[in-house]
Amino acid sequence: MKAALKRIAALTHARNVEFVRDRSALGWNILLPLLLVAGLGFIFSGEGRPLFKIAVFPAQAAVAEDDHPILGLRYAELVGVPDRAAAVAKVERHQFDLLLNADAGAYWVNDSSPKGYVLDRIASGQGLTRNQVSGAQTRYVDWLVPGILGMNMMFSCLFGVGYVIVRYRKSGYLKRLKATPTTAFEFLCAQIASRMIVIMLVTVFVYVGTDLLLDFRMVGSYTTLLLVAVLGASSMVAMGLAVAARVQSEELAGGLLNLVTWPMMVISGVWFSIEGSPGAIQWLAQALPLTHVLTAARAVMLDGAGLAAVASQLTVLAAMTAGFLVLGALLFRWGSD
Amino acid sequence: MHPILEIDELHRSFGRVHAVRGVSFAVQAGECYGLLGPNGAGKTTTIELMEGILSADSGQVRYRGAPLGPQFRAEAGIQFQSTALQDYLTVREQLQLFRSMYAHSNGKYRDIDELLDICALQPLAGRDARKLSGGQRQRMLLAIALVNRPRIVFMDEPTTGLDPQARRNFWELVRTIKSEGTTVLLTTHYMDEAYQLCDRIGIMDHGRIIAEGTPAELLESHFGDRVLLLPRADLEAAQLDVQWQARGDHGEILTSDLEATLDALRGANVPLAELQVRERTLEDLFLHLTGSELRA
Repeated sequence: MKAALKRIAALTHARNVEFVRDRSALGWNILLPLLLVAGLGFIFSGEGRPLFKIAVFPAQAAVAEDDHPILGLRYAELVGVPDRAAAVAKVERHQFDLLLNADAGAYWVNDSSPKGYVLDRIASGQGLTRNQVSGAQTRYVDWLVPGILGMNMMFSCLFGVGYVIVRYRKSGYLKRLKATPTTAFEFLCAQIASRMIVIMLVTVFVYVGTDLLLDFRMVGSYTTLLLVAVLGASSMVAMGLAVAARVQSEELAGGLLNLVTWPMMVISGVWFSIEGSPGAIQWLAQALPLTHVLTAARAVMLDGAGLAAVASQLTVLAAMTAGFLVLGALLFRWGSD
Repeated sequence: MHPILEIDELHRSFGRVHAVRGVSFAVQAGECYGLLGPNGAGKTTTIELMEGILSADSGQVRYRGAPLGPQFRAEAGIQFQSTALQDYLTVREQLQLFRSMYAHSNGKYRDIDELLDICALQPLAGRDARKLSGGQRQRMLLAIALVNRPRIVFMDEPTTGLDPQARRNFWELVRTIKSEGTTVLLTTHYMDEAYQLCDRIGIMDHGRIIAEGTPAELLESHFGDRVLLLPRADLEAAQLDVQWQARGDHGEILTSDLEATLDALRGANVPLAELQVRERTLEDLFLHLTGSELRA
């Protein structure tokens, strides 16, 4: 047992050294998240954005500035909306600062929105009926950040493990390891350990950097969020091991890894919610680890969900980790024999 | 007393290619055994079956009387024909990594600095292993194969591609290892290497061992003659009763009675100033056994 742990530690250390000294790989792993953070910062914190966002119902009334002076307010973006109820819901979530029902001569504001307060003071002297809603603010960026972090983690897990193992196999390094007392299980454990260290450090780095730039919403427990990240990363690393278990060619490995990453990019909810998607898509999404990572992370970050509330996602991720690991160990081949 | 390694009726095919066809032999502890043969003879497949890297279709390999297992893994050192290692590690770090893969007990395994000294790698200890020359790399791979102080070392064509100086340096290393009592099993297609290093050799061709013994035994049992070399033009100009064969600019005469042949040459007035006499070599033996030139 002691000898096995020593081998795992030695292989983990060697892989970490290889990663850190490979300046191009290290640079890319740091640079890509930074680019994402910078991009998000640019998109969501730009100076040129209007100060106020006013929804106008019905949509065509958005041009009726003469009837309603508030629509002539400078630094306000007017958005015509076809569905009043949906627009009211958006006021509740601070996605609109004010909703004007032009035909009914009424408006809706959120009592906890600072911008809504300003607009409320302006609108109150214009003979309109005031309606008040309440609700905490959820910006798109708050919703998007867990998606970006999860996506970055997914690519790092799958390509950082799957591709590397296939490269080792193709070059003959795995064959050399086979000639030592090292077992396949020990080798796989070392790969998981090394990649988990890298992923967690990079993810924390990106999380902190993004938060400094965007000040996103995080109302839950950091411990619970860390648990979600650890189980999510381990499930996707194990998935990478299973994909690479016996593949001989880097080209095939690249294809297979794309085959599993792209569906997660599209239907696991990185960029938009899959609520309302066809049943088959939602069913398929449940088979992908990233879906459970993002569901749990958003519940913790946006709604303050506790451990019990995300227990089902954590259980699924733990089961996926075990399943992929067993599958990878069973399928694993050192070489072509 | 069992031999350290026994190979019994090994067979291995790759698709339609029957690479190893019933190979059997035994390696005694402390000897250097060479598998000799041209490329494609089945040497690498045979040695990888013996190392447990490949599995046999049939037949058995026994190490110290038992099938290959954890004891063999712990006590064997292996140098493949070509090996990739973890990138970005120095020579010292490569040795440390592989040393960590063996359980340590009572200082049984070699100290890294001792290994660096033995393999003349001390000045290169801090160099990125990817930046070594061919000979330096082979010495490092041998050092890796020695980290566990093995009872038996396998080397698959260890000097292929090295310049003559690097080859001779490597031979000295192998002699040092052997002098410590380590059993060495190597494959080569260099006849001089086999002759210099091996106590016994097995000559392989087309997946079979076609002759086995010490180099001297093999040459003695197959040849009772010597080779005389003379300029081809001199032989063509003379009226000779002696049979000879053209080999480039020279003519080759095989003789078991040197005095009689020399008398015949003198009688035909062949100039003997450029006469060369050589013993039969393993290359001659291979040619004799297979009827073909070495396919190096």
